[in-house]
Amino acid sequence: MTGFILSFRSEFYKSRKTLGFWCAIILPFIICSLVLWGSYTHVKPAPPMILWLELAGAILNVMGILLLPMYIIFVAYSVNSIEHKADTWKTLFSLPISKWSVYAAKYFYALFLVLLCLLLFAVLTLGYGYLLGSLRPELKFSDYAISSLLFQVYLKLFLSSLGILSIQFLLSLLWSDFLKPMGVGFVCTIAGAIAGGSHWKYAYLFPYSHPLLAISGISPRQGKAMQFDANVWNKEIFVSLIVAVVVFIVGYFIVEKRSVK
Amino acid sequence: MVIKTEGLSFHFGTQQVVKSLSLNVPEGSIYGFLGPNGAGKTTTIKLLLNLLKTQEGSISIFGEDLQRNRINILSQIGSLIEQPAIYAHLSGKENLQNRASLLQLPRKRVDEMLHLVQLEEAADKKAGKYSLGMKQRLGIALALLPDPRLLILDEPTNGLDPNGIIEIRELMIKLVSEHKKTVFVSSHMLSEVEKMATHVGIINHGELLFQGDVKDLESISQPMIQVEVANTDVAAQFLSQNGIIAADIKKDILLIPYTSQAAMAATNRLLIEGGHTVYSIHKIHKDLEKLFLSITQKAQA
Repeated sequence: MTGFILSFRSEFYKSRKTLGFWCAIILPFIICSLVLWGSYTHVKPAPPMILWLELAGAILNVMGILLLPMYIIFVAYSVNSIEHKADTWKTLFSLPISKWSVYAAKYFYALFLVLLCLLLFAVLTLGYGYLLGSLRPELKFSDYAISSLLFQVYLKLFLSSLGILSIQFLLSLLWSDFLKPMGVGFVCTIAGAIAGGSHWKYAYLFPYSHPLLAISGISPRQGKAMQFDANVWNKEIFVSLIVAVVVFIVGYFIVEKRSVK
Repeated sequence: MVIKTEGLSFHFGTQQVVKSLSLNVPEGSIYGFLGPNGAGKTTTIKLLLNLLKTQEGSISIFGEDLQRNRINILSQIGSLIEQPAIYAHLSGKENLQNRASLLQLPRKRVDEMLHLVQLEEAADKKAGKYSLGMKQRLGIALALLPDPRLLILDEPTNGLDPNGIIEIRELMIKLVSEHKKTVFVSSHMLSEVEKMATHVGIINHGELLFQGDVKDLESISQPMIQVEVANTDVAAQFLSQNGIIAADIKKDILLIPYTSQAAMAATNRLLIEGGHTVYSIHKIHKDLEKLFLSITQKAQA
């Protein structure tokens, strides 16, 4: 466990001056701020729930369909590219730290970056909603409590992204060339968007469709007006988790058996 | 023995890179691992660090089996393999701090190492902007950071200027003589290793051609008598008439195979009595480079 913690800390130390790390912070700020600006200038007074749905929905739609999978592809690559670029795999694996700790710390650091990014999205959506309410008092954002639903939706998005993360992490670890994992990821993301968007009945089995399905799976609560269910534990989330765990473990055995160049 | 391998073999696909290697690296030695590029030196080093899986044979380090005691063994080894592995976006000091924190070492070790490799002034400069020599020195600092019992260095003087080479050589000698470390250093520069190694292993095409004490190597290196005379051609002819055949005739010197001190004295007397002006006469060893060539050529023949 010590090896894992030390390696995790080292991942932060190494990445704190890279775009890979700052993207997790800058991306939510840029997107949320753009949506805030758009809402500030264009939104017309409406019931509070509609206001929130417009604000959060604008952000979630951009995220779920394209940006989240692409961001995951980028994060998975960035944590591995630090070693590819510096040619440090041989050093990392000749330290008196188990290979498992090195591998797991890297994976969980990528996972932490995705979590941080999504958490910031949730917090900024909420904060900007209230800010908008205070800038334009006719928009009654404070009259509807969305925080619980919002955090559930982002938790669901996070869980839905884990399958993609595991796959992309492994591809980026094995391939030093950015174009390969990026190319595979991009094609799969498009395929996932098409499969999810066209309501193909097996789309839930394809990890790259999961973020889209996670958002489209949110439904009005039966019998209760003005309330929504995030449906966090839908089948695509279970598939995402299973894929994440299986690929993560298989990835370790590939790394363990593989010669370090 | 600090490193002991038995029948160590390794192949990439069908290409045999290391053939039945049996290394013996004694404690407190500077073991020069010599061979031309592509001889299998780096592959052997990667096997010693468990970066490549042993396919055949065994590796024991500090008397323990590497496969079974990987972490314990690696905790006592500092290594530098090929080009130094350095994070270009971090400064030299940050590179060391990152490693120190990974290995749970005190921060003061970082400053000590920067001082040791004389990178104090460039400590806060991005390592990507370092010259090749500075990168190499940082790589050595990283290897020495955990104060390892065994230091494994792959071509550590690559890219260093003559002063840098001397510094690294002196550092290695100091580590062994004062701090009782063992250094395993690979090189294709035989003259370089000759100046510091106590033990030598010569590898070519994955096979160990020679292994032993530097003195053992010298003993099979066919020493010569170097005679500085006024007219080498005439002197050589005179000696051959007296049954002494020169191995090499140069502008100012003659080289004659050395057999014994008495024979050397007799040669000197003969030349003087024959009226030749002898400026100097002494015994020399064949340098390691010529020796290496002759061993590899012999192996190829």
